Amino acid sequence: MMTGLAMLVDAMVAAPLPVAAINWHSFFFLVFAALACGFAVAVVAADNIVRMALYLVFSLGATAGLFFLAGAEFVGAMQLMIYVGGTLVLLVFGVMLTAQGPFVSLKGSGRDRVVAGVVGAVLLAVLLQAAFSVDAWRAPAQGVVADPSATPIGMALVGLRVDEPAAGSPSPNVRPGYLLPFEIVSVHLLVVLVGAAYLARAKRRKTPRAIEVAASSEPPASRAEHAAIGRDRSRGASVLTGGR
Amino acid sequence: MEVGVASMVPVIGLLTQPVSVAHYLVVGAILFVCGIVCMAMKRNALGVLMGIELVLNGANVNFVAFASPYLQGEGVRSLGLDGQVIALFVILLAAAEAAVALAITLSFYNNHATVDVDRADDLKG
Repeated sequence: MMTGLAMLVDAMVAAPLPVAAINWHSFFFLVFAALACGFAVAVVAADNIVRMALYLVFSLGATAGLFFLAGAEFVGAMQLMIYVGGTLVLLVFGVMLTAQGPFVSLKGSGRDRVVAGVVGAVLLAVLLQAAFSVDAWRAPAQGVVADPSATPIGMALVGLRVDEPAAGSPSPNVRPGYLLPFEIVSVHLLVVLVGAAYLARAKRRKTPRAIEVAASSEPPASRAEHAAIGRDRSRGASVLTGGR
Repeated sequence: MEVGVASMVPVIGLLTQPVSVAHYLVVGAILFVCGIVCMAMKRNALGVLMGIELVLNGANVNFVAFASPYLQGEGVRSLGLDGQVIALFVILLAAAEAAVALAITLSFYNNHATVDVDRADDLKG
């Protein structure tokens, strides 16, 4: 590590890189890639759940920068708005609601860590080998800059492809888009959110007394108990109607 | 022995050459593996959820890289709009999945007063 750094410094001093030779697209790619990967590793390394959420925000934001650099401006904007702005806020609320004392930093056992590290290293080796194994993927970018526009993606979502004509189609615009998947996903999102609200709803809290009265099959023994329950009911009703 | 600076220090070589799809694939692979390790290692249910987010994000990086006409080499056809739309769907499904998983976590926390996934063994036979 240190020798590599020293070599880098030596090389910079011996032959300083002319600024004009820097490919700025690559430069910003390296910056965003380092941020995304570094904060992803930080998510894994951190033990504190609140810090993990913070690092995840940074990692996902840097990934949005990578999307912008790849020419997918709309996806990058959606990544920032939905992921960083929506999902992460949800996650942070979850952290806030459950981060009590001992659960802020739950440490896994040492054996778990070793197994996860070995599995991760093997998986990473396989994926990296696969990433560099196809020649077409290693070809340097041509830099064909398309017009930044959300029109093709918006039209495709309502069912029309304006970006490329279908093979052998008489009209350039007749090509099935993504209307059906779009509808399925939107209904799915609605159903899922209703289900989530149902799952996480606040349960009606029963007082121990009410549970006790409901559990006993015989009616309350004394008049005083009747009166107490009646008082509770009338008090509840007066709260509902705004009081007297 | 005279060697070029670019060949001696790989970082400088990366700085002067255009990026390719493989670079994006490397980033996606690192995010994916971080997510897998996070899912396997964390005991907090929300930590496991964050691992899932990282995995989905790594897959999204790959989709966008294959979809980008900017990154493709000469004569290679990109995935075009398909990849970007699939990435959008993945983002939407990740949001839905996060909502449900959070609801389940909160419900579990209300019932068991813990978010430790190792304690969630009520269904163990």
